[in-house]
Amino acid sequence: MIIKPGTRKRGDDRDEAMAQSDELEALTKAFSGHGVDETTLIAVLGKSHPEKRKAFRKGNPQFFKEDERSFERWDDHRIKLLKREFSRFKNAVVLWAMHPWERDARLMKEALKDGPDSYNVLIEVACTRSSEELLGARRAYHSLFEHSIEEDVASHVHGPERRLLVALVSAYRYEGTKPKEDNAKAEAKTILNVIKSGEKKTDNEEVIRILTTRSKLLLKAVYKDYQEISGSNLDEDLKSDSRLQETVQCLCTPERYFSQVLDLALEIDADKSTKKALTRVIVTRADVDVKEIDEEFNKMYGVRLTKKIEDTANGNYKDFLLRLIAKGD
Amino acid sequence: MSTLTVPQPLPPVADDCEQLRKAFAGWGTNEKLIISILGHRNAAQRKLIRQTYAETYGEDLLKALDRELTNDFERLVVLWSLDPAERDAYLANEATKRWTSSNQVLMEIACTRSPQQLLMARQAYHARYKKSLEEDVAHHTTGDFCKLLVPLVSSYRYDGDEVNMTLAKAEAKILHEKISEKAYGHEDLIRILATRSKAQVNATLNHYKNEFGNDINKDLKTDPKDEFLTILRATVKCLTRPEKYFEKVLRLAINKRGTDEGALTRVVATRAEVDMKFISEEYQRRNSIPLDRAIVKDTTGDYEKMLLALIGHVEA
Repeated sequence: MIIKPGTRKRGDDRDEAMAQSDELEALTKAFSGHGVDETTLIAVLGKSHPEKRKAFRKGNPQFFKEDERSFERWDDHRIKLLKREFSRFKNAVVLWAMHPWERDARLMKEALKDGPDSYNVLIEVACTRSSEELLGARRAYHSLFEHSIEEDVASHVHGPERRLLVALVSAYRYEGTKPKEDNAKAEAKTILNVIKSGEKKTDNEEVIRILTTRSKLLLKAVYKDYQEISGSNLDEDLKSDSRLQETVQCLCTPERYFSQVLDLALEIDADKSTKKALTRVIVTRADVDVKEIDEEFNKMYGVRLTKKIEDTANGNYKDFLLRLIAKGD
Repeated sequence: MSTLTVPQPLPPVADDCEQLRKAFAGWGTNEKLIISILGHRNAAQRKLIRQTYAETYGEDLLKALDRELTNDFERLVVLWSLDPAERDAYLANEATKRWTSSNQVLMEIACTRSPQQLLMARQAYHARYKKSLEEDVAHHTTGDFCKLLVPLVSSYRYDGDEVNMTLAKAEAKILHEKISEKAYGHEDLIRILATRSKAQVNATLNHYKNEFGNDINKDLKTDPKDEFLTILRATVKCLTRPEKYFEKVLRLAINKRGTDEGALTRVVATRAEVDMKFISEEYQRRNSIPLDRAIVKDTTGDYEKMLLALIGHVEA
């Protein structure tokens, strides 16, 4: 802005102050949410004079702290968070380019490493992939980690969920159209009796057997029959057993499950592992059912998934995700 | 090592099919001809014969065999003619049915096949029975047997030779602990036997012996009537010394009053192309009599002749 001497007016000062605070806001937004807005960072921060940057530092107490030796210093934790946000695009691209088998093997390995809070990823991979895809992931796991997935799950997971998780990752479900034994009603009744009895469901052999060995087609019929005989949805009645609930959701109503996971991931105060789900779900479902998930998301939350991503994600990361979702058009 | 003998040069498959067709023709059946052909063809060759026979005569060879042959001879020839994966699926399915149920056969298939072979058996099971193997095993077994057999049939073990000695030491200790507590169905004991690679299991059990003085099977012999312990010991044997396991199955089948043809047929049909040579040597070592002599003493007719053909017996 070239200012001719003697021509400054009161309005100009106000405009300049507003422009500065707009820019500060834009910069802060460029650093917040999912990923970073590379364009704004280049446009605003890149061309800024030292005083502008000083104003940015002074005006952002959550990024910079006043140091006792008279300078504004980057908050270390904030740099760590930024590193993560800058990497989000890279991680999405690398994951997208990966062979699906390697992708799933790595996701499961990471989930095991991260601990119980991430075990839902094991359930997600084991239950939402086809039998052949899960088999492929098990092969890739052999190559990548020189162990079988079931041996790692069995030795790292403790407690009642171990049996469920080992059985889920070892399953090779029948996927034909007409299963030989169509006893969905009987299986639904069995589950209902266990739930009614109040005993611990994760320990119940019949519940585990039904959920970990029966075909998905049959389980969807069980879900329906359960609704008819009990009046409520099976996953709601399993609310007290989060692993079983996730299992049923992934097997019977995957679009709902994924919509819920995405909704949590897109929240402002989502933690590290919850946030990761955004990349994971979009990348792993882009070739499968992301359109159906988008529709279900809209039904459940009254807003399109694409709009939510538009509002909460930034830059290349945002563009990449939206491109993956639009791919099917 | 295989004991199968295949003629060199190999007759063209069209000739084999024609001969088999002749063997079925008219009154009676020419069993000798059937043995001389099918008893001397490997899995790939038998598959081609089945395919060509169906293309040429419009009938599945197995149906013809089922129609023309009877009893033990029929079962042996039919089992033998199946593709190995189909055969395993068939035997496993039989083992889950009430009158023919056998936890031992399920464990045997799960533990003596390579991870890839077990996988192919599971695929064949889908195709033939329209359900999964683990579905049937879970449904038809209970308690500790279920806890052991379902993971065994669902396993897809790592097949590398790498061994972690620290892990072997730690897991040998766990095994010893659980066995001392008589917690034979404990999930840690089962997970070690059902999920670790065969190389790792072997290393762990070697360490067990070094550290605690006894072979693990000795420590698992506390109650000879306990069927779960029996199957645990057999599991260990299948994972570490399959030829010794099969020798014992043969020995018990032959020594049994009247012979257990089911077991005899199963072992010969499933191992002839795999490690029958080692099993045969082990049999002779253990019983001081060659396997073919024992079979001649104990069986008769075409059944005997087919068994002898498969174990590589050469007429003097």
